[in-house]
Amino acid sequence: MTIKKITVMTATAVAGMMFMGSAQAGATFDAVKKKGFVQCGVTTGLPGFSAPDEKGNWTGIDVDTCRAVAAAMFGDATKVNFKPLNAKERFTALQSGEIDILSRNTTWTYTRDTSLGLNFAGVNYYDGQGFMVSKKLGVKSALELSGAAICIQAGTTTELNLADYFRANKMEYTAITYDTSEETIKGFEAGRCDVLTSDQSQLYGLRTKLPDPASAVVLPEVISKEPLGPVVRQGDDEWFNLVKWSLFAQLNAEELGVTSKNVDQMLKSADPSIKRLVGGEAGFGKFLGLDDKWAYYIVKQVGNYGEMFERNVGQGSPLQISRGLNALWNKGGIQYAPPVR
Amino acid sequence: MSDTSKDSEQPAKPSRLRDPAFRALIFQILATAAVVAFFIYIVRNTLHNMELRGISTGFDFLDRASGFAILQSLVPYSEASSYGRTFIVGLLNTILVSALGIFFATLIGFLVGVLRLSKNWLVNKLAMIYIELFRNIPLLLQILFWYFAIAFNLPSPRQSLSMGDAFFLNNRGMYLPAPQFGEGFWMTGLAIVAAIVGAILLVRWSRQRFEATGQTFPTLYVSLGLLIGLPLIVFLASGAPLHWELPELKGFNFKGGLTVIPELFALTLALSIYTAAFIAETVRSGIQAVSHGQTEAASALGLSHARTLRLVVIPQAMRVIIPPLTSQYLNLTKNSSLAVAIGYPDLVAVFSGTTLNQTGQAVEIIAITMAVYLSLSLGISLFMNWYNAKMALRER
Repeated sequence: MTIKKITVMTATAVAGMMFMGSAQAGATFDAVKKKGFVQCGVTTGLPGFSAPDEKGNWTGIDVDTCRAVAAAMFGDATKVNFKPLNAKERFTALQSGEIDILSRNTTWTYTRDTSLGLNFAGVNYYDGQGFMVSKKLGVKSALELSGAAICIQAGTTTELNLADYFRANKMEYTAITYDTSEETIKGFEAGRCDVLTSDQSQLYGLRTKLPDPASAVVLPEVISKEPLGPVVRQGDDEWFNLVKWSLFAQLNAEELGVTSKNVDQMLKSADPSIKRLVGGEAGFGKFLGLDDKWAYYIVKQVGNYGEMFERNVGQGSPLQISRGLNALWNKGGIQYAPPVR
Repeated sequence: MSDTSKDSEQPAKPSRLRDPAFRALIFQILATAAVVAFFIYIVRNTLHNMELRGISTGFDFLDRASGFAILQSLVPYSEASSYGRTFIVGLLNTILVSALGIFFATLIGFLVGVLRLSKNWLVNKLAMIYIELFRNIPLLLQILFWYFAIAFNLPSPRQSLSMGDAFFLNNRGMYLPAPQFGEGFWMTGLAIVAAIVGAILLVRWSRQRFEATGQTFPTLYVSLGLLIGLPLIVFLASGAPLHWELPELKGFNFKGGLTVIPELFALTLALSIYTAAFIAETVRSGIQAVSHGQTEAASALGLSHARTLRLVVIPQAMRVIIPPLTSQYLNLTKNSSLAVAIGYPDLVAVFSGTTLNQTGQAVEIIAITMAVYLSLSLGISLFMNWYNAKMALRER
């Protein structure tokens, strides 16, 4: 299934690159407007970030990031088409124009930003790589892991961080590299490896898939910086701005105390910053080529950043992840958005 | 329609456009030019599009350090090795699993194919069940089945199944003693080579003698004795310079010795069993294609049953078997790319998987990978064509 898919997808993407006409700036914005929905690349199923629920609806932070863009553009957060991709397919799918946004817990790195013809539009989750081990091994720190077999997903920054960490600490390891994160947790469950490594948020998500989640522990060490965020094609600034500011609007809404519940009252607010955000100030939407109430639609239909976080990965979810680095800058975290003015 | 009779009456030379050979040449040139132009267009358009999108191109990435680990490598490899090296590692792993798969598939396939013709009802039906079962289940499912059947059901390293404290089996793989060659082992190596050359010469000599005089010679036993005896004598005479490094449980897992990872084991098993089912049918049809009259004629001449099989039936059956067998070998090699499903580090998993994703050079890497499979397949085809020509009916 996935295997065939990768080959087919990569091959079609490469073929696509061959026959495609030239790209133009602003092309994505117009094309999305015309086709009436946003094509959004997500994971094949990662709880909290992008996974279909029991009814088949996609949920998660990465999903909501795409929904916010659809809400801003069409005033309707449901106008999104989700395309599940594995780690290896994702960049090719975006480069070849198969998707409009890649929102698939993708780490922002120098090489990806500069050499792939892509732009990172912001950070919707600050993550870091961690380790999960079986409780019965009695390991307390990652520094005790020398000689361990480690399950890992192919084609991720995780693979590189792991190698760097073990080399820096002069430890040995065996990497068992699987294609998808579901396979890594299966390998871990089967005892093929002692350790599962991934971004910490994913470890908590994957742990819920174990028959007995309490049998595994996440070690305290965080060995890398993993700023995750939505990605768009380079050279398409109109679209880049829209994706970037959809995320910023959610952060600003949280900072200003605007939520999906009170946003209708906030329309009448006297506070000028709130007025500018929710569309009380005429003419602010046209800079993005949108309705003045673009941010109102985002907050009304998707919620502000805090609501999105708690619903998907925080207290309202089985993952129970605390805000940590992802709290707003004035609440002890590092989430910070430029002002809407 | 050219009217040649009319043309020949006139002294003027017919137009060259009427000449079928010339026209054929023109069309071939046109077709070649069209294909070349098409490829030039594709390559240029690709390069242009990639440049426009700010995607870096070229093969410089092959020299950059890879920075990731690979589970199994036949050549020295570390995280500091280059992306080019990951290509070599992946390629060798693909060749390893394909070679093992071809070997075992041929072995099982010939066995089952012969059993399928057995007059014993039970043996015959068992072979039939084997064939129908394994060739009708998708290969990917079989790979996953064998992999998880092994990984889920073997004990953890600390409860390994062991044999004489030298062989261990657990869910991390099979651990075997590794040979450590001491000083003077080269003499034994030399003896092995000498024995092989000797055996080949012996076979030639006995065949010549047979053709000249009709006398037979027990070639098989003598050459077996030569192949085993000579190296053994030299080995013992040079003071048995060979030690075995035993695997030992240290920390999380066994250290030392040789390791066969479960991914390799499961993949080889699945590929061999699956392809063997097809080979068995090929072998059965090949043997059945030899007419019964041949066997009867052979026994009329007084040849024993074994000889009839070796000298009459098999050489003729091989002519029918080899061409489809070649296709099966090609299929197996290409099917080995399903390795990615269980994390066996073959070319597709390592090079057009991790390396592609870390560098983002999709077009270059996919092109290289395609070229590799093409070369591997053409290589196998060439070899099998040579073998086929050797086995072909020589008309005298």
